[in-house]
Amino acid sequence: MRRPLYDLAHTRAGDKGDVCNIGIIARQPAYWPVIRRELTAERVKAWFGDWCGGPVERYELPNLEALNFVLRRALDGGGLVSLRLDTQGKTYGYALLRMEIDVPDDLDVPRLAPAPAG
Amino acid sequence: MATAPLRIAGASGFWGDRNDALLDQVRGGPVDVVMLDYLAEITMSILRVKKLRDPQGGYAGDFLKALKPALGDVVARGIRVVTNAGGMNPRACAEAVVKLARDAGHRGVRVGLVEGDDVADRLGALLAQGVSLANLDTGASFSTIRERVASANVYLGADPIAEALRAGAQIVVTGRCTDSALALGPLLAHFDWPADDWNRRAAGVVAGHVIECGGQASGGNFCGGWESVPDLANLGYPIAEVEASGDFVVTKHPGLGGLVTPAVVKEQLLYEIGDPRAYPTPDATADFTSFSLEDLGRDRVRISGVRGGPPPEHLKVSISYQDGWTNAVGLTFVWPHAVERARATEKLLLDRCRKLGIEIDEHHVDWIGVNAAHGAMAPPPPGGEPNEVLFRMAIRTRDRESAKRFGEEIAPLVLSGVPGACSGLLTGRPEPRAIVNFWPALVPRSAAHGSVEVLES
Repeated sequence: MRRPLYDLAHTRAGDKGDVCNIGIIARQPAYWPVIRRELTAERVKAWFGDWCGGPVERYELPNLEALNFVLRRALDGGGLVSLRLDTQGKTYGYALLRMEIDVPDDLDVPRLAPAPAG
Repeated sequence: MATAPLRIAGASGFWGDRNDALLDQVRGGPVDVVMLDYLAEITMSILRVKKLRDPQGGYAGDFLKALKPALGDVVARGIRVVTNAGGMNPRACAEAVVKLARDAGHRGVRVGLVEGDDVADRLGALLAQGVSLANLDTGASFSTIRERVASANVYLGADPIAEALRAGAQIVVTGRCTDSALALGPLLAHFDWPADDWNRRAAGVVAGHVIECGGQASGGNFCGGWESVPDLANLGYPIAEVEASGDFVVTKHPGLGGLVTPAVVKEQLLYEIGDPRAYPTPDATADFTSFSLEDLGRDRVRISGVRGGPPPEHLKVSISYQDGWTNAVGLTFVWPHAVERARATEKLLLDRCRKLGIEIDEHHVDWIGVNAAHGAMAPPPPGGEPNEVLFRMAIRTRDRESAKRFGEEIAPLVLSGVPGACSGLLTGRPEPRAIVNFWPALVPRSAAHGSVEVLES
């Protein structure tokens, strides 16, 4: 089944200059292998499209059942310069939690995200 | 050697945080140290401007507001207070603390002052020594900004803070230092960990990282279950109870609101980090994949087994420089076809700028309510038609006058523009703002040394 990442993970994002980092944390230990498999650097880079001008690096933190994504040139020049509404990328983790991923049918994942529009 | 845990409370995560958190941390239960972080990347450039206006300014004056009602308790109970509120002018800040104590009748309060982070006057000498000062993120040459540099501050580590505390300082004021040094400094002074004990130094770095962002480690901004966080209005900021081994418990005062669970602490651990295996500070390189988390229940999470290694060869320097001007205008459009009218307004404003000769380097448009926060990653609103859209247009210019004249072009559109608009949130003639940009670079460790002085009230 396809499910928004929001149902399986929570997030926090932060900034350093023009770099945004997005932490993605499994809500349950059983979700960790799914997140680890589905969330590749390539998918995250493609998801952000032209909002991220540079490469995306992906790091694993098995002790936290979490991934850390580092998005370079992702803040329109950085928090001091950016013309965007969210100058520091504080909400970028939520943008990633919208992404739908493949989840095994036998995995019990309660619905947390609002129903899709339309 | 001391064996009881050292209880370090966080009471500020940035300049602009709650001023009553310090009093809450002091009155809410037993603590040994309170640390207050005031400096984000953007803060130093703002403080630089303040210092140019007033030679006695340039520090985070909020610290004095937070300290004033808590000082009696701090002095009576011997609590140590460590802060980087000194910003661009730690000496003026420390002197203001001395005056505050004296005015409140507290004599003999020792205030440690850490200076030496400001290297703005030494950049030429560093270049002459062959230090490139190239942009750490982009690799760009320093020569492109050299004439526009406003400030340059090295991130100092924990050792000068520890030195001030060992010299008897009860309150320590620094300029730019790493946020985690505000916790590691008191730990080094208390436990006398060997200088090359990288694991325990790294543990102090991790503890500091957890509590340096105020309420974010105790239930504030908690994505993983915000509905379950009790009483955010009385949020108890985080406390790290650090043992001599370096293992520590993250908690909060029981009488205050908030929540400390593994999920809460994990979010803060991931905040503003890069490669988790090598989190660099001047004090140690911490491995964020090395430790384990244990839920002890009742708002207590234990972190144990932090490993680390020696610090990098270089120190990070944060250089700020003038980089043009910016301004932003806005109008709210209502149903129907709000986005189409917002799009027409963008074109209209660009046409006006062309007619008036207002030179814009770059512009960016948001349709707030539709795409502003996440662009194309957000799907169109249900039914395709929002009830209203806040049109926001932000620009960058080379000169102040262009940015100012752009700000004057928005209000007339209520009468002379596309219909169905009200001013909404962005009213009047928005004033331009100078952009002070941020340039990270590396310098050899020999380029800056924290110097310590102890004042007394």
